Amino acid sequence: MSFSKEFTKGIWELNPIFVLVLGMCPTLAVTTSVKNGIGMGLAATFVLLCSNIVVSLIRSFVPDRVRIPTYIVVIATFVTMVDLIMSAYFRPLHHALGLFIPLIVVNCIILGRAEAFASKNSVWDSIADALGIGLGFTLALVVLGGIREVLGSGSILGYPIAWKGFKPVLVMILPPGAFLTLGLLSGIFTKINNTRA
Amino acid sequence: MKEVLKLVVVLTLVGVLAGLILSYVNDATEAARAYQDRLELLNALSVVLPEHTNEADKDVVKTAKGTKYYISKRDGKVNGCAFVTSSDKGYGGKIRLLVGVDIKGKIHGVVVLEQHETPGLGAKIAEEGFLSQFRGRDIRNTHWKVKKDGGDIDQITGATISPRAVVEAIKNGLERLGQDRDVIYGGSNVVQ
Repeated sequence: MSFSKEFTKGIWELNPIFVLVLGMCPTLAVTTSVKNGIGMGLAATFVLLCSNIVVSLIRSFVPDRVRIPTYIVVIATFVTMVDLIMSAYFRPLHHALGLFIPLIVVNCIILGRAEAFASKNSVWDSIADALGIGLGFTLALVVLGGIREVLGSGSILGYPIAWKGFKPVLVMILPPGAFLTLGLLSGIFTKINNTRA
Repeated sequence: MKEVLKLVVVLTLVGVLAGLILSYVNDATEAARAYQDRLELLNALSVVLPEHTNEADKDVVKTAKGTKYYISKRDGKVNGCAFVTSSDKGYGGKIRLLVGVDIKGKIHGVVVLEQHETPGLGAKIAEEGFLSQFRGRDIRNTHWKVKKDGGDIDQITGATISPRAVVEAIKNGLERLGQDRDVIYGGSNVVQ
């Protein structure tokens, strides 16, 4: 497969949220606003890119039986780096994402791509895969966060956009809003994919 | 046997390498993180303290019980102080506040340092609209309860628990301040 094909599959056909349904914990938790979605998406994409590269590079040295612990160490190392660097240079974002940065370690998307793709493919293809899946994840978080922020807080990226007669629906930024939005979007996604196939 | 040895060697190598890289990143970012910590504290202090000319984060009085007070001075004269106070009764756990008072013990400003309340609901305790109502209040001129409980403090529509915790934290802090007054302003500290 070509670079562009590996890249685009992550955005649509293999969208980590709507199709693979991986990484639900951060998805449900951080998508109360667009800003959080972007921050989480980019941080996870960075970790995914680094871990895919390293896992692909070391795939011939790592014995099969210890591959999972090795991947976890690789991923945890990059997550800790992101945590430290963000805390040093992007403090407000670090506050907003808080607990969810360390939790990238257990984001199934990252371990999933290491196991399913990077451990079997070249570095070049793994980069394309990481960027595609990462972008797909980020876009999904932004869409979810956008819908929830508009309906739940009446703003977008923090700017109020409430129109006349509109009252924010509080439940949208509470956990039930996350499940409702995610369920509806996944349904629409599957419908479109089925019709195209 | 040989295979087991290989597994051990590979995992050990991976662990050691990861440790080395992380200790390097930790060292490299340490100064920047300390700088950000200080910047955050200075920002918060400049909001809550009366106008001051000293570096309040370095002008600290620590009581025997371990409470820290940041002293505010204008042209060498003490004109207030700030302290950290907290409550565990928030909706999402701990709420930590920085409260600044003037020399008479009246609140000058309050900033939320840490909170895990519901976004869009309890989290409004961190907004200026809620926090500004504390200005000018002290331990005597205010009934330290939310209005729903018969006190003077406005709650937030749909969220009573978070404001309640804030009120509790501030009240405790002010009471502690009353006991510590002599230690904070006592001795040579008042006029320098």
